[in-house]
Amino acid sequence: MSGPSSMRTPLARVRNLGSSHSGTKDFWRQRLTAVAMVLLIVPVIVVVIMLLGRNHAGAAQILGSIPIAIILLLFIVASVWHMKIGMQVVIEDYIHNEKLKLASVMANNFFCIAVAMASIYAILKLSSGV
Amino acid sequence: MVEFALPKNSRISGGKTWPKPAGATETREFRVYRWNPDDGKNPSVDTYYVDVHDCGPMVLDGLIWIKNHIDPTLTFRRSCREGVCGSCAMNIDGQNTLACTKSMHDVASGGAVKVNPLPHQPVVKDLVPDLTNFYAQYASIEPWLKTTTPTPQKEWRQSHEDREKLDGLYECILCACCSTSCPSYWWNSERFLGPAALLQATRWVTDSRDEATGERLDNLEDPFRLYRCHTIMNCAKACPKGLNPSEAIAELKLKMVERQI
Repeated sequence: MSGPSSMRTPLARVRNLGSSHSGTKDFWRQRLTAVAMVLLIVPVIVVVIMLLGRNHAGAAQILGSIPIAIILLLFIVASVWHMKIGMQVVIEDYIHNEKLKLASVMANNFFCIAVAMASIYAILKLSSGV
Repeated sequence: MVEFALPKNSRISGGKTWPKPAGATETREFRVYRWNPDDGKNPSVDTYYVDVHDCGPMVLDGLIWIKNHIDPTLTFRRSCREGVCGSCAMNIDGQNTLACTKSMHDVASGGAVKVNPLPHQPVVKDLVPDLTNFYAQYASIEPWLKTTTPTPQKEWRQSHEDREKLDGLYECILCACCSTSCPSYWWNSERFLGPAALLQATRWVTDSRDEATGERLDNLEDPFRLYRCHTIMNCAKACPKGLNPSEAIAELKLKMVERQI
């Protein structure tokens, strides 16, 4: 961004580097994952209630059911994806320093992927009865 | 980071209270933002008392009365005084609107009429904001008919149904009430086009006679230019013409999805 002392014309400043021709995919995915979570939230709550107070063996037995494991996996993918896009929007809104913004977006990606992988690994491990 | 506090030289300090007009039986208190680029001082809020029996009913009438009878240095834009030119857009009692169509009797609580320039824009003087960036953004959406087909002898034809699609879009007077009420525009006005420019973009994307629809959408498809709109709806609340820019922006987003999926 050029500062206020720049001699560029106002139109040159508005056009800046041009349109990135992107953003629609994230916009659509955010809606897609939102609808997916609406559909999944009731079954997920039911599974969580079923899991309450169970020991490791009990939990492994419930998660051994294929539909239950799939529901939880779908919920994790949808919610983490939604979280990643939502957080990126917040970062883009409020952080204007380019380097700090890139670092924050990168950290957001790492964090979301780590959360997703850890959760998926835990479910697969329990559902395969290990 | 976004700055949540005003820069030091923009903080409001003090202000003069002008004497009540002699012989007035009923007055209305006006608290008006003042800033003079030439005296090197911070902005202030001056208090004036307007003789309501010698003055029209609108906030603009009050400001003109102050300028004529109390303080000729008070600076503001105005022209048509009937809500079609958009010059007198300002923040009145916390809401962006046109001073000429806002009655001073409608100002909540019947207390002081608080008048400030449009928010989050550089101030030229008193109530006059610098809208250079706003107008450049409007220019960037290329608000004119673009065609490749040779111009017909008589006119570009449009069905009644297609003309109706422009209702709610063409009435915009570019007063900037919507854009300057939008928090997304406050934080990212260099990159986000803002509700006014995007409503106008929708007006040209919707026009059945225009042959550059795809090009226009290409130009808008950007995480900042378009997708900074988070449907906060301050724009629709502020618009003195009763238009709904967030609905127009939603139409643009829908078209973006439509051409991909």
